[in-house]
Amino acid sequence: MALERSDVLNIAHLARLAIAEQDIPEYARNLSNILDFVAQMEAVDTTGVEPMAHPMDASQRLREDQVSETDERAHFQAIAPATEAGLYLVPKVIE
Amino acid sequence: MEWEVVIGLEIHAQLATKSKIFSGAATAYGAEPNTQACTIDLGMPGVLPVLNREAVHMAAKLGLAIGAEVARRSVFARKNYFYPDLPKGYQISQYELPVVANGHLNIELEEGITKRIGITRAHLEEDAGKSLHEDFHGMSGIDLNRAGTPLLEIVSEPDLRSAKEAVAYMKKLHSLVRYLEICDGNMQEGSFRCDANVSVRPLGQAAFGTRAEVKNLNSFRFVEKAIEYEVTRQIALIESGGKVVQETRLYDPDKGETRSMRAKEEANDYRYFPDPDLLPLVIDDAFVAAARASLPELPDEKKQRFVADYGLSNYDAGVLTATRELGDYYEQVVKCSAVDAKLAANWVMGDLSAALNKSGKEIGESTVSAEMLGGMLKRIADDTISGKIAKEVFEAMWAGEGDADAVIEKKGLKQITDSSAIEQIIDDVIAANPDNVAAYRSGKDKLFGFFVGQVMKATGGKANPGQVNELLKQKLNG
Repeated sequence: MALERSDVLNIAHLARLAIAEQDIPEYARNLSNILDFVAQMEAVDTTGVEPMAHPMDASQRLREDQVSETDERAHFQAIAPATEAGLYLVPKVIE
Repeated sequence: MEWEVVIGLEIHAQLATKSKIFSGAATAYGAEPNTQACTIDLGMPGVLPVLNREAVHMAAKLGLAIGAEVARRSVFARKNYFYPDLPKGYQISQYELPVVANGHLNIELEEGITKRIGITRAHLEEDAGKSLHEDFHGMSGIDLNRAGTPLLEIVSEPDLRSAKEAVAYMKKLHSLVRYLEICDGNMQEGSFRCDANVSVRPLGQAAFGTRAEVKNLNSFRFVEKAIEYEVTRQIALIESGGKVVQETRLYDPDKGETRSMRAKEEANDYRYFPDPDLLPLVIDDAFVAAARASLPELPDEKKQRFVADYGLSNYDAGVLTATRELGDYYEQVVKCSAVDAKLAANWVMGDLSAALNKSGKEIGESTVSAEMLGGMLKRIADDTISGKIAKEVFEAMWAGEGDADAVIEKKGLKQITDSSAIEQIIDDVIAANPDNVAAYRSGKDKLFGFFVGQVMKATGGKANPGQVNELLKQKLNG
């Protein structure tokens, strides 16, 4: 499956990646190769095989519902670029 | 053309755990910004999520209560998107294998008909933080206290056919999660919120129309208004030759309309994939059994029992079992008063509910306890006070003037049941109104009410009405 330039731009946008114009053909080629590889795997008959959700053959451990974390806001906010009134400030986002 | 409305609801219920779904930070509402956001909630590098057992237990309880399958194996997935209140750049959710699937809830329509609404799935996920768009020098403020709060997203089938049905379903689910004590149901604080998928199609057409998703509806009224607006908008659009586009819309309660937020990204644009930080969630028989053992009497069961045990109508039983607290209160009143269960129901649904509404209080905050109301009903039953005087007693109890016996004593409201005392008053009234007595005896029956009124007036309303009627008849006719 050959990806178009527009597919590459869309994927880059979804991942919020800035890519250089001259690299687009190579990304298209590499990503297409990955999809070809997936297509190759899809040809295998997997009837009766349970989809693998995790490579480790184990199940999730659960923790008890207890509050174990204390307030470390000052500590965390010391490395934030901008804060005010206890909030982290970010470039304005309005939908 | 006749149109059919098709609605499916996605309801997010915040689970009432003490700590977050994947971290040990507190979930208490209203804390100072970012004081309940730890390294895991902030998405710091190198941290790992560990699943909260209680959140899973709560999800299982809901699953059992809606007759669903509690999945023995479910998988957490990453839903990828970028927004500043989502520090990791993905939300941990469940996609292909949710913890709960194939349930249903019965709703009652106005005509007394029961309708079964399918629940496709309910999955566990983490909430995002909050963005504050007030002016911070042209920037947005981010509070991550809510980030990582456990949510159960409950997705209905597109089985709802009107805004009213949607509200009935939402109320039923709201009542259920509170019965189960898995969510506090506080809609103003966002603990229980709803997205509505709305579409229309020509009546009789099998294929669904294109749907719009209306986001973040946090009151029953907004759900109803937003759906009604959306239905009108879509029908007008199609009838004027336009097409509904699949998109996310936001309801503006001030203007009473929905407006486009952004073209809904294709589902696969979220690029879901199993979260490698979390192993599959495996639930064994013992875990399900424990969840089952912790289920309370469910709303429908309680309602049926109220009809059977107390002889209440379906409607009254429905009102009294709307919340677990109200049902408990009612049963306590019945127990304490030992009166007719219907009289108790009338007082709880009447004067008590009115007083609660007026003061904006919940049943748990009532100044008149079930014991106090029951004590008052007992005094109606033993003829100490009449039903009319009881209203005065109730008001005094509500105002904090003590229990019924204290109020009756203090205000001298005890009913006059001494026949000779009542007879004396009747004799006085008869003596004072010779013209009316003559008119009554010559056939003006309607004057009987006048005499009752005079006697009641003379006794400050305290004479036993039954005795007054009986004695008056004897005297006037005799």
